[in-house]
Amino acid sequence: MQKDSYIENDYFYSFNDMVSIQYWSILNHIRTFKATNNFLQKYSIQKTMMKKSRLIAMISSLGVMVLAVVLMSGDHNDSPSISGTTSDIADFYAFQAPDPNNLVLVMNMQGLIPAGRATEEASFDESVLMEFNIDINNDLKEDILIQAIRRGDSMYFFGPFLTSQTGLMSEINTDADLKNSVKISTVEEVFVAEADGMKFFAGPREDPFFFDRNRFDEYLRGNAPGGFSNPGTDTYAGSNVLSIVVELPKALLGTPATDVNPFASATPTYNMWVETKKRLP
Amino acid sequence: MKIQKIYPIAILLLSLLFVQCINDDDNAIYQDRCNDGIQNGDETGVDCGGSQCDPCSEEDLFAGTYMQKDQMGRPATNILFNQVALRDSLNITEPYLMQERFKDVFKNRIMTLDTTYTTNVLGLDADQMAAIFSQDVLWVAATGVTSYDNGSEILTGRALGEDVMDSNLLWIFGGPDGTKNNVDPLLISDNVDENDADFLTEFPYLAPPFEIED
Repeated sequence: MQKDSYIENDYFYSFNDMVSIQYWSILNHIRTFKATNNFLQKYSIQKTMMKKSRLIAMISSLGVMVLAVVLMSGDHNDSPSISGTTSDIADFYAFQAPDPNNLVLVMNMQGLIPAGRATEEASFDESVLMEFNIDINNDLKEDILIQAIRRGDSMYFFGPFLTSQTGLMSEINTDADLKNSVKISTVEEVFVAEADGMKFFAGPREDPFFFDRNRFDEYLRGNAPGGFSNPGTDTYAGSNVLSIVVELPKALLGTPATDVNPFASATPTYNMWVETKKRLP
Repeated sequence: MKIQKIYPIAILLLSLLFVQCINDDDNAIYQDRCNDGIQNGDETGVDCGGSQCDPCSEEDLFAGTYMQKDQMGRPATNILFNQVALRDSLNITEPYLMQERFKDVFKNRIMTLDTTYTTNVLGLDADQMAAIFSQDVLWVAATGVTSYDNGSEILTGRALGEDVMDSNLLWIFGGPDGTKNNVDPLLISDNVDENDADFLTEFPYLAPPFEIED
């Protein structure tokens, strides 16, 4: 009984309390941003940073509670965005960087976020693990993983590392040799971290996908027998996503198998895919 | 007289005991919370951090087991080739099992979308199309150009700005020479040919987010 009431007191702030707490936490965020900004832009996470990030995580956990209230009460958006879909993958890109020794991996989350709303009403979920899966021997099981998860105002990256752990359940590999982090960017401020020959970004971006999805759906429903119109309408125009972007040397992934892609059978080729995994309670 | 002196002292002592009891209870609650196996209160990890528990180690901060919710390889595979009712299922099927479980579903879907499908510009019949696309992984070339379909490179990656949906549509609806379904119904292109923002030439390459217009 007493325990229950204690918990209620702890969690159920009045709305005014929430607002003032949010304001306080934003102020602290800004202070911490300034203090750690230069460091984080150039270097990977260090032990000393872990201490700070713990503080940040604590502060922002209050902010998340505020955010939850805002989402429940203020989100009138009917599009399949934001609310309840923090595990939803919007898109995946993998391409050779301008430096041909590097690959760029992009994972986009929570599609169709309206302009300006990212970071205000959409944010990376601390209970959602994002994984880049890389299969190098063409058995369609992941050999190499890059894991990413948010803690506080930063995105933490583990890997790439060789994994024996395959399948639908994951734990975060804190023993990975390569561990890095980047402060999550906002609409106003962009943070890029460089470490171990890699670059890292996390934050809102313009959704690079384009397609007249609405027209296609109408055709499938039998409401547009003529098919697509000319010009078409980009269903994703003007919308944002939450992105994580990693640029890394191909050398970190090793040389993959050939005879994977029948249209380029002599080319050594990775099988790649992205996953989201939600922490079990 | 004696009793009158003792009374207030006794009451005072008794009340102190009471206070102590309440404090003990509170401590017990904190300790319970720091050992209950879930992240609650102001904990920053499971049973660590915050104002009451021991600080989190790195292991604590990232502890836990995570269960798959979503996955993707190629663009729009689930939307184009899969039955609506099976989309959640594909999202939690490991890639090495996908072909076995979804190839027939995908083939049926192709034959539903274009009931007279024979082959496409890639020379793939419906079985071959279903076999490739039911394994929803993105092939990424370790050497050379990475492109979903630039006319010479086919499925060697996926770069920003590529009109991947027109490629998918062409491969499903275009027939062996890519001209089928090019009018009434027009299905081989959605006539949306490019993104609505310019990409960056350097990292992170994706365009900045749209802001609210004043």
